[in-house]
Amino acid sequence: MLEVKNLHAYYGKSHILHGVHLNVSKGEIVSLLGRNGVGRSTTIKAVMGQVEHTGAVEFNGENLSGLPTYRIARKGLGYVPENRDIFPALTTRQNLLLGMKGTRQSGRWSEEDMFNLFPRLRERAAAPAGVLSGGEQQMLTLCRTLMGDPDLVMIDEPTEGLAPKIVEQMAHLFEEIRNRGVSILLVEQKLTIALRISQRVYVMGHGRIVFEGSPEDLRANESVRKEWLEV
Amino acid sequence: MRAFWGSQLEFFLVTLLNSLSYGLLLFMLSSGLTLIFSMMGVLNFAHASFYMLGAYFAYQTGAYIGFWPALFIAPILVGILGAVTERYGLRTVHKFGHVAELLFTFGLAYVIEEVVHLVWGRAPVDYRVPESLDFTLFTLFTTQYPAYRAFMMLISVGMLISLFLLLTRTRVGMVVQASLTHPDMVEALGHNVPRVFMMVFAGGCALAGLAGVLGGNMFITEPGMAFAVGSIVFVVVVFGGMGSLAGAFVASLIIGTLQTFSVALDFSMLGVLGAIGISVSEDSNWYGLWSITISQTAPVLPYLLMVLMLIVRPRGLMGTRES
Repeated sequence: MLEVKNLHAYYGKSHILHGVHLNVSKGEIVSLLGRNGVGRSTTIKAVMGQVEHTGAVEFNGENLSGLPTYRIARKGLGYVPENRDIFPALTTRQNLLLGMKGTRQSGRWSEEDMFNLFPRLRERAAAPAGVLSGGEQQMLTLCRTLMGDPDLVMIDEPTEGLAPKIVEQMAHLFEEIRNRGVSILLVEQKLTIALRISQRVYVMGHGRIVFEGSPEDLRANESVRKEWLEV
Repeated sequence: MRAFWGSQLEFFLVTLLNSLSYGLLLFMLSSGLTLIFSMMGVLNFAHASFYMLGAYFAYQTGAYIGFWPALFIAPILVGILGAVTERYGLRTVHKFGHVAELLFTFGLAYVIEEVVHLVWGRAPVDYRVPESLDFTLFTLFTTQYPAYRAFMMLISVGMLISLFLLLTRTRVGMVVQASLTHPDMVEALGHNVPRVFMMVFAGGCALAGLAGVLGGNMFITEPGMAFAVGSIVFVVVVFGGMGSLAGAFVASLIIGTLQTFSVALDFSMLGVLGAIGISVSEDSNWYGLWSITISQTAPVLPYLLMVLMLIVRPRGLMGTRES
């Protein structure tokens, strides 16, 4: 459903992406792995129209290049940024409400679903989102994007800095998301979760895709892991 | 003695009321400026020019259809001009960065002033308080308090409450609040942030226009009014803290009070020294300094306050940004 071809992206004069190809099919969890600074976040931002780029980005056969970000989001693409951009002055519930694209609840997810998945958010529903813990903010960011009922959600480093117990909860949620027919493009640095839940993985290095295959292929391929992933 | 304290109380109460109405008017200007700044990161140098346009539009339309319809129509016209400015001016300039945007608004302020010169001339226009509001509301001791000042306060407070409700109780307000801190994220959730920007800019300009409608006839409607008020509004925004509505509110009232009281106070250090029994001879080197009255320092006080604030607390009273 998402097809990225020959994607080049630039920040000012520096050339960040050198012809990235990738695709995500319906109902798939795909991980985009690699070390910091190889262009994984830039790739998703380019898909969302937040970074200047050339090349083709197609979603359900439609070309997204050149569209403003809000139109891309309305086509059914969800984006959960790495830096947990919650709206600190608004309450947890208001944050969730802003995830919806219209004024009425529609689609796969309701506020009640979110509260059942993360009871902690129900307890903090009336609190300003700025006072939530890092883990709670991460859940909120993800739930907020899901409230907009995306068909594909791109999640940037969701487990970064989280306690192992919350990481487990996250992994559970990713599977729940897929069960409802939503695809996931997961950007990760850690292999544990990614290899367990993904159908396919890409490894990026220096602005290019350097490996593509199943989690088993990557486990078996020590040279790729050594060169591009392990620190 | 009783009469003396009575007149002091009278002076204090009347000046306080005037401070309040002036402070609220300042807030009508600074609230729009602050919202626009927080959201787009652009300090709109032409903001006070929209205030001036409000006054002139009210004068011109009022001449044909009367004050009351003009009270609504003039701010709307100014708001439409604001929307056009954002959509076809700022948005185009945006890709060249903040400096270009700043220069654009700076140039716009001059363009608006020249257009006002061309259309209405350089002299003040005869924009008056409407007859229906030109009466004494009440008499405090010996001071007759004009109904129009009370009307100004009423409209300002009404505007304040509506703005507060709009921002905190409606979905649009929530989108605006969220866009103040994370516009990119709001847009990634599927909200049309460019349109929200345009609406906020238009709304801020309409508020400035409303302030012009109300202030133009209370004070004076002339081509220099934009620059006179503009600099005070910047002081308010810097003093209150860039990007903080609450800060802008408190700062508007403080600066409004400071300006209104200082203009009316005739004290000098000479008088204070005299009261405690020290006399300074006219030959003394410092005589000139001691004899300056507070009212003489009135024009410089707001700027002094701003400089002090920048030294002591650079982000202002309640500011959220460091720069």
